[in-house]
Amino acid sequence: MDNKNKILPIRDGYGRALLKLGETNPDIVVLDADLSTSTRSNWFAEKYPDRFIDVGIAEQNMVNIAAGLSLEGKIPFVTTYGVFVCGRAFDQVRNTVCYSNLNVKIVGSHGGISVGPDGGSHQAIEDIALMRILPNMTVVVPCDHFQAYKATLQLAELQGPAYLRLAREPTATITCEDYKFQLGKADILTKGDDVVIIFAGTIGAEVMKAVPLLHRKNIYPTIINMHTIKPIDKETIIKYSKKFGKIITIEEHLKAGGLGSAISEVLAESYPVKIKMFAINDRFGESGQPDILLDAFGLSAEKISERVERFLLEK
Amino acid sequence: MKYSEIVCLLRSKSKIIRYEIIKMIGKAGSGHPGGSLSATDIGVALFFYQMKYKPDNPKWEERDRFILSKGHATPLHYALLAHANYFDKKHLSTLRQYNSILQGHPASYLTPGVEVSTGSLGQGLSISAGIALAGKMDNKSYNVYTLLGDGELDEGQIWEAAMFSAHKKLDNLCTIVDRNHLQIDGNTEDVMALEPLVKKWQAFGWYTITIDGHNMKKIISAFDEFLTIKNKPTVIIAKTIKGKGVSFMENKAEWHGKPLKGELLKQALQELEPRINNG
Ligand SMILES: Cc1ncc(C[n+]2csc(CCOP(=O)(O)OP(=O)(O)O)c2C)c(N)n1
Ligand SMILES: [Mg+2]
Repeated sequence: MDNKNKILPIRDGYGRALLKLGETNPDIVVLDADLSTSTRSNWFAEKYPDRFIDVGIAEQNMVNIAAGLSLEGKIPFVTTYGVFVCGRAFDQVRNTVCYSNLNVKIVGSHGGISVGPDGGSHQAIEDIALMRILPNMTVVVPCDHFQAYKATLQLAELQGPAYLRLAREPTATITCEDYKFQLGKADILTKGDDVVIIFAGTIGAEVMKAVPLLHRKNIYPTIINMHTIKPIDKETIIKYSKKFGKIITIEEHLKAGGLGSAISEVLAESYPVKIKMFAINDRFGESGQPDILLDAFGLSAEKISERVERFLLEK
Repeated sequence: MKYSEIVCLLRSKSKIIRYEIIKMIGKAGSGHPGGSLSATDIGVALFFYQMKYKPDNPKWEERDRFILSKGHATPLHYALLAHANYFDKKHLSTLRQYNSILQGHPASYLTPGVEVSTGSLGQGLSISAGIALAGKMDNKSYNVYTLLGDGELDEGQIWEAAMFSAHKKLDNLCTIVDRNHLQIDGNTEDVMALEPLVKKWQAFGWYTITIDGHNMKKIISAFDEFLTIKNKPTVIIAKTIKGKGVSFMENKAEWHGKPLKGELLKQALQELEPRINNG
């Protein structure tokens, strides 16, 4: 399959990975709550109807049914919008899945404001915070369809609960097919001497688009993709903070509790440096076209390059 | 063993388990006596009549699964597990203490025989439905037994699970409602009316059996009946008395989770003291 340089939604990577897993692992089961066509779990459903369970619009029930299935050795992937599974079913994730340390994979599609026209009720901007605070939980936020594909396969191998955040919009492919994805190990995408930028998720497409804009300003960034938010790659964070003395984090999530917050926790304890978080600041999302929203929230490539420049001028 | 002997044995087991529950909660200084005592006869019938399991191999694949959805009644579960030889009875006196394998609410990672952690009400039936569905997918012969409180039925998720279980025709799932008519804030019909309860379950597609939840003969025949039902899940509505067996606790909402000490503890233990051949 040649998806190189293509603009594709990362849920496609997830959908393809499920098909692959369906073929190779008979224990894989997929659950959805009446959203299978938009989460891409319908691809699995068509091919493996006996291992697909649509619970109807009942997210809490879905998480606990998955818990029961996992107790019997199944590897359930629970898929629905991130807002609903992390918010409405939080207690089920906390008290049943994580407290009992069950092998349930929770997949929240539609993360971030780039969900677009559906508006604030459907844009998960707190899901990373909610999931990463839970003991036993692993949290992965892929940046493109290749990474989503690889992350899904690796999470199936991992024993224990995990949260995988997906996004709705098609975005540029920034990794490649034969790149080696390693859970918990950040990837260095560009090496520059002027500033370090750490991001997670599909906002990476904007970050990478900002690179040539920054070059024009004579700013050469080191760009790090922190796809695994938990367990976080402390070593890389500390190494690059030491090297640059200050860092920028970029994400489509609330400042509170997201990637920048997770990195701050590491650095505050180990190597305090100045951190600038490009994130959503204590407000909900709203309706609009994804590109317009990203720009309005200061997360488009143009805004990112302007903000990076400004940050470097700050004393 | 003759039927009458079995019934007699189960009845005396109930006495011992009730005594253990009060002793345990008395020692711990906190815990939930009311709902443990109301479900004791059901629990005893499950563990010493109905379910197949191997205490020396808690994960034996063919075992029947028991899920205590009303997790606060965990003293009952612990007493049953200890008497079924899942762990040494000496642990019972460590209930709710630091470093104990017996947490205040069920924690599966610590206690042998506990399938899954519970304590947040309303979740056990969904978990059970998942286990039952896995059994169907893999053609396993085990059954799943789930104990629900009646107040717990206020949780909407119970009805999501009820719909799902009937939709998937989970006839390997038997849930028991401990119908003691009490929740924390009072009588269930005053707090949030449940009646007509049997009709509700029937409307959701379940096979229903209503019994006196303290009549051992009725309890075991209800479980026998469950095994004959095909294509739908079964619910046993067991009419019970909260605090059953301790005169001053019976039908009193305040004994849901009140610590038991001093003279009252002594009196409760006296009333429950198991004597040979007295019932
Ligand atoms: C989700 C949730 N909400 C509240 C509680 C606190 N709580 C513990 S027991 C209980 C009442 C339960 O009543 P019922 O289900 O009738 O139990 P029983 O009478 O059998 O003890 C409540 C509200 C809880 N454990 N979980
Ligand atoms: Mg009750």
